[in-house]
Amino acid sequence: MKKTRKKSKLKDLWRRLKRNKLAVAGLVVLILLIIIAIAAPLLAPYSYSMQDSKASYAAASPDHLLGTDKLGRDLLSRLIIGARASLQMGTIAVAIAATIGIAIGATAGYFGGWTDNICMRFLDIYQSIPMLLLCITLAAILGPSLQNAIIALGVCSVPGYARLMRASVLTVRDKEFIESARAVNAGNARIILRHVVPNSMAPLIVEITMGVGSCILAGSLLSFVGLGVQPPTPEWGTMIAEGRNVMREHPTLALYPGVCVMLSVLACNLLGDGLRDALDPRLKN
Amino acid sequence: MATLLEVRDLKKYFKTNGGMLHAVDGINFSLEEGKTLGVVGESGCGKSTLGRTILHLLDPTDGRIFFDGKDITNPGRSEMHRLREEMQIIFQDPYSSLDPRKSVSEAIMEPLKIQGRLSKDAMIAETRMLMDTVGLATRFENTYPHELDGGRRQRIGIARALSLTPKFIVCDEPVSALDVSIQAQIINLMLDLQEERGLAYMFVTHDLSIVKYISDDIMVMYLGQMVEKASADELFRDTRHPYTKALLSAIPVPDIHNKTKRILLHGEITSPINPEPGCRFMARCRYAAEECSQMQTLEECSPGHFVACCRYKEIE
Repeated sequence: MKKTRKKSKLKDLWRRLKRNKLAVAGLVVLILLIIIAIAAPLLAPYSYSMQDSKASYAAASPDHLLGTDKLGRDLLSRLIIGARASLQMGTIAVAIAATIGIAIGATAGYFGGWTDNICMRFLDIYQSIPMLLLCITLAAILGPSLQNAIIALGVCSVPGYARLMRASVLTVRDKEFIESARAVNAGNARIILRHVVPNSMAPLIVEITMGVGSCILAGSLLSFVGLGVQPPTPEWGTMIAEGRNVMREHPTLALYPGVCVMLSVLACNLLGDGLRDALDPRLKN
Repeated sequence: MATLLEVRDLKKYFKTNGGMLHAVDGINFSLEEGKTLGVVGESGCGKSTLGRTILHLLDPTDGRIFFDGKDITNPGRSEMHRLREEMQIIFQDPYSSLDPRKSVSEAIMEPLKIQGRLSKDAMIAETRMLMDTVGLATRFENTYPHELDGGRRQRIGIARALSLTPKFIVCDEPVSALDVSIQAQIINLMLDLQEERGLAYMFVTHDLSIVKYISDDIMVMYLGQMVEKASADELFRDTRHPYTKALLSAIPVPDIHNKTKRILLHGEITSPINPEPGCRFMARCRYAAEECSQMQTLEECSPGHFVACCRYKEIE
């Protein structure tokens, strides 16, 4: 019985989401990107590290659909393989950050008083250290690898989500329906998970979808200082950084990975907006 | 009938920047099974706080509460859980007291889920039965509160309160947020339920015409204190306290030839923060005299009729 009810809830969510054409477009693009990332070795026409010194900075041609970079590596292949690291960095890091942030923010906001004070002062200290510096330090301690870069990125972007969540929870926690839940014996955990969090997620969803893009770019910075993805493994952020140097002569080198980042951010954003509206039963979309 | 609820010298103070706010200050009353106690008073007199304190949604500062003969002033966790199955609350505003993201059946089922005694199927059946009891059609099962009108939402609130089969319900102005036409429906529903289930109500309101209609006893509160208490008929027939008199004179009478003399109160309500020991109504009372600045005690002027005014005999 419960299963069917859960299913019907998901179905209902899908039905509402479906009506938002932009959100569906976002979902399709995102799924495509994920499929590309998973099937990357099959899709890439060349090896991402294969150099061709004769074809340095080659223009687009039937051989190299998007041209080549300085070392004559096929740009399309690098973009396709790069989707793996970049998408992981964007999504997993944000997922880590949002989960911890929501937990801290919800706890601080709901309980208030000294719990709130401790959490917030801790975040103050945390935020007084420049985020990138902290991120680099953390990644350096953990050792250079994609996985550690993701962890470092995730942990460093917690404060933003925590603060936003706390502010959002503060507007919800004094509502009468929270008291009404207490009157029927709901415990704090239940109230937070079932009533407070669902009702204060709306601004978080937008922030989370925006966070994907900034994490991809911040990840490229880690790669740039040698702490993230190790060359020659491609990654969009690093490719943008490399392309920037030859922006005037070969603008496409920075443009294409830039478009990829933009596309993933846009897709997440549209989907996030759609989800936020679909999750709110008050909106008839 | 046995006494169900007894409240002795109950106090609830709140700490504010200016000092202690005496929201509820030494309230005494008892309520029998299946009876209704109406609690009236103007906004901010502590009537809602009183209800919430009895239910332990707020912790009492001082005093004792007895329920079914047991002292429940400081219940432990498990005792509190058990207690909430016996005493429930219906909230004032059905717009804010329901989670906007929970469907009607989810909202009604929540107390049962937390209680965890019934199987899934039994809970669904029980929810349907409760919806039927409060007059909600089953087709509203999967609708959300915002899609319903105020009366239907309040029915959800009532179904939630009933789901744990309590003996006592605090009704915190359950109809004041509703249209007049719907008020009557909800009041009648509550009276029917009282008859069927033998519920005791503490009916908090500022609507005097409703309170007369449904209450057995009426308690009039002013700034956290009880100023007068009597059976409903007696209170309206033989009003003693000057505040009650002013309050009752404000009831509109649907008769254009009836020229009632409204007693207009002047001045502001005395601050509830660190109040003076004397009568709190003194500043606005036209009968105020010197002895009013002394501590007022409740006097029984006729059997079951209590009044807290030292001059009630002089002011007929």
